[in-house]
Amino acid sequence: MAKTVLEVKDLKMYYFTSRGVVRAVDNVSFELKKGEVLGLAGESGCGKSSLGFTLMGMPTPPGKIVGGSVKIDGREIVGLPEDVLRREIRWQKISMIFQGAMNALNPVYTIGYQMIEPLIYHRGMEKEEALDRAMRYLELVGLSPEIVYRYPHELSGGMKQRVVIATALILEPDVVIADEPTTALDVVVQAQIINLMKKLKKELGLSMIFITHDLSILAEISDRVAIMYAGKIIEIGDSQKIYYEPAHPYTQKLLAAIPRLHEDVDKLEFIPGQPPNLIKPPSGCRFHPRCPYAMQVCREQEPELKEIDKDHHAACWLL
Amino acid sequence: MTKPILKVENLKKYFPVKRGLLGALRGEPPKFVRAVDGVSFEVYKQEVFALVGESGCGKTTTGKLVMKLLEPTDGRIYLEGKDVTDLKTQEEIKAYRRKVQMIFQDPFSSMNPRFRIYDVLEEPLLIHGIGETRAEREELIYKALEMVKIVPPEDYVGRHPHMLSGGQRQRVAIARALILNPTFIVADEPVSMLDVSIRAEILELMKELKEKMGVTYLYITHDLSTARYFADWIAVMYLGRIVEMGPARVVIDNPIHPYTRALLAAVPEPIPERRNIIKELPIKGEVPSAINIPPGCRFHPRCIYMERGLCDVKHPQLVEYEHNHWVECWLAGKI
Repeated sequence: MAKTVLEVKDLKMYYFTSRGVVRAVDNVSFELKKGEVLGLAGESGCGKSSLGFTLMGMPTPPGKIVGGSVKIDGREIVGLPEDVLRREIRWQKISMIFQGAMNALNPVYTIGYQMIEPLIYHRGMEKEEALDRAMRYLELVGLSPEIVYRYPHELSGGMKQRVVIATALILEPDVVIADEPTTALDVVVQAQIINLMKKLKKELGLSMIFITHDLSILAEISDRVAIMYAGKIIEIGDSQKIYYEPAHPYTQKLLAAIPRLHEDVDKLEFIPGQPPNLIKPPSGCRFHPRCPYAMQVCREQEPELKEIDKDHHAACWLL
Repeated sequence: MTKPILKVENLKKYFPVKRGLLGALRGEPPKFVRAVDGVSFEVYKQEVFALVGESGCGKTTTGKLVMKLLEPTDGRIYLEGKDVTDLKTQEEIKAYRRKVQMIFQDPFSSMNPRFRIYDVLEEPLLIHGIGETRAEREELIYKALEMVKIVPPEDYVGRHPHMLSGGQRQRVAIARALILNPTFIVADEPVSMLDVSIRAEILELMKELKEKMGVTYLYITHDLSTARYFADWIAVMYLGRIVEMGPARVVIDNPIHPYTRALLAAVPEPIPERRNIIKELPIKGEVPSAINIPPGCRFHPRCIYMERGLCDVKHPQLVEYEHNHWVECWLAGKI
């Protein structure tokens, strides 16, 4: 049995805005095993990126972790002071590949300079040693080592994304969070980056949380999939089960909304209405106003995640 | 044979690139970005013609040329048999825009935030002098909103764009294009900024309008899956040229051009069994700049089948490989 590298329990992260408290991450629990990719999907505003940043111990202000626990390799990180998080956790234990590689690199420094910074700061390496290591990581992601001397504007979007991936891996973290790592890229480059991540997963045994709104991309890489809706995980399990036997009506609808490349679809399904306001989420099941099967109990009581099969949980009163 | 609604012939658009002072002093020849470099196609009534390609392939520029937002460097555009390439007077352009309308990618920035939905939809009517009285215009506006299922329209006309969701906003954008009852709509990535569930809703709506109202679309997209679902015809563009064109299903199920094949191979599909397999991508390198277009076939530096002495020397032409299926490749049928 593979070891659990990340354990999240009842995590709550709320944004305290002037208009009210936005419950962006509300009672989220899951585990990530070593060498596993967990895909996290949902519509915009469902809290998937907020969850990613929360796991890094850096919820975007005015967000605050209100409760729950996040254990990385057994160590609790909720409640750790900022300097400890920075020195011991972030980038060392858990790192992040950001959305939009274009903006993740500083245009006035060379690639090498940006890559060796964490090595010098965290590992106390000499510059030469660090540069050497940066070059090895660039090779690992399929780039020429000389890129350390180049500036971001000299690279294409795909190359920049590879640099960002190499930087996230350079301290050998236990967990990597990839937040929409391919959204701004063209189809071919996107496929190349997905291939690279598959290769790294295999060679380095990466444990990763892959966040995206695109269920097609998610299927290409995830061992397990979690579907988020309005700040909660509403279905989680083995990816085969999620894609072929989706249990929650929301997951079913989402999958039916994807146009297929090699199949004729007469009519695409869509979900009427829009995701709820998280300041005042609907009572009971948060999906009930948009759910075609909503019953009395759905309006009144909130369903818990329950096991419906081995490694397949869903939160719905119909089950 | 019916006549095409829109016909584009050998359309070209070159954008000049600024030379530096030094370059000008040295007398270097001016350089051009050949964004669209000889594109021809026809669109028939009540059909959807998709232009598909990666960023920088010239698909949006082609759309803007058709919309007459840009002047072509060369080539001709015909609408319903009439040459519309050199519309000069304001009246001529106005009359053209009444027939050809556009839906933009970003519903968040394509509407004036200070307008109410009513104003957004009334503006085209006022510009084109449709509807004598306020009551007449109001009726047209309500009808357009009902058509795109913004119901009841009374609830929405007084709102500002920020008070609507992305999907609703895109539907208002469609209503704005439809209110003039155009013959032709250019839709530039109309769903790429929307969530999956809403994307399906907008595509369904556009499809329904095509069937009910006989709208003809030029659908510009990077997404082959939605093109297959929505379009009747697909033209794949690469570096300013159409490299393959045909009925949507034929192009996707039986692609001939190596670039089309690579694009199709790259499309992610919701099939989890493939998660541990590294995908074969039959393509090398990256898209070259449209300033320095490679000689010969412009795809040859990236092509895995490239034949030296042929592909890197002579430029292939778009030829009819089989009935209605056009390919621009020397090796069509041999690979």
